[in-house]
Amino acid sequence: MTRTNDIILRTTTTLIAFILLGFSAYLFFAGHNAPGGGFIGGLMTSAAIVLMYMAYGIKSMEKILPINFRHIIPVGLLIAALTGIGGLLFDQPFLTQTFAYFQLPVLGKTELATALLFDLGVYLAVVGVTMTIILTIANDRGEEEGV
Amino acid sequence: METVLDTTQTLIEVSAIIAIVAVAASVILLLYRAILGPTNPDRAVALDTIGINLMALAGLIAILLVTTKFNDVVLLIGILLFIGTVALAKFLEKGVIIERDVD
Repeated sequence: MTRTNDIILRTTTTLIAFILLGFSAYLFFAGHNAPGGGFIGGLMTSAAIVLMYMAYGIKSMEKILPINFRHIIPVGLLIAALTGIGGLLFDQPFLTQTFAYFQLPVLGKTELATALLFDLGVYLAVVGVTMTIILTIANDRGEEEGV
Repeated sequence: METVLDTTQTLIEVSAIIAIVAVAASVILLLYRAILGPTNPDRAVALDTIGINLMALAGLIAILLVTTKFNDVVLLIGILLFIGTVALAKFLEKGVIIERDVD
């Protein structure tokens, strides 16, 4: 069997994964005032990572992205829980969210909400769960072949 | 001035509806191909094109409803379509979607 050459897939992947990560960041930050948010942003990020996995294979991706996605799930859940506990510190009920306006250097007057931190927890949990599901299924087959 | 605005609005609405009907007809023809296509690559290509038609439908419905909230949806369908088609093509050609070691 002749060796396949994935040069078109790989070259487009470098470009499209970059656009995808930018789009996921946009969706994540737009979630407050427009459609989007942590869930769909996380799904888009994992779509970009899955695309890179499809183009480059598991072995190279473990070198490029040496992250165990199982560790991202508790980190996300911890961030979400801590933002809830943060409300308790100011004598407010659990999961109280607040916002304020700040003068940022580049962006100018910006509304910063603590709901963004909660969304960050959702984002990390979604990325971790999606990548764990997909990579567990992908790895399962490889181990069977090795036996 | 009012009448000109009204006329352009109805023009846009009517042309959007005509375009939606045309895209829907093409989706039906593609569904015929997706169901009866003799080989699996035929079905994959038909599904890919159905997805592109869905992008067009989302854009046209955004025009019809006079909203910009669907613009993200159009991009999203395009991205998921690309990834789905790449996965299908890899499965049809190599039997695995995510290989352990490429080369």
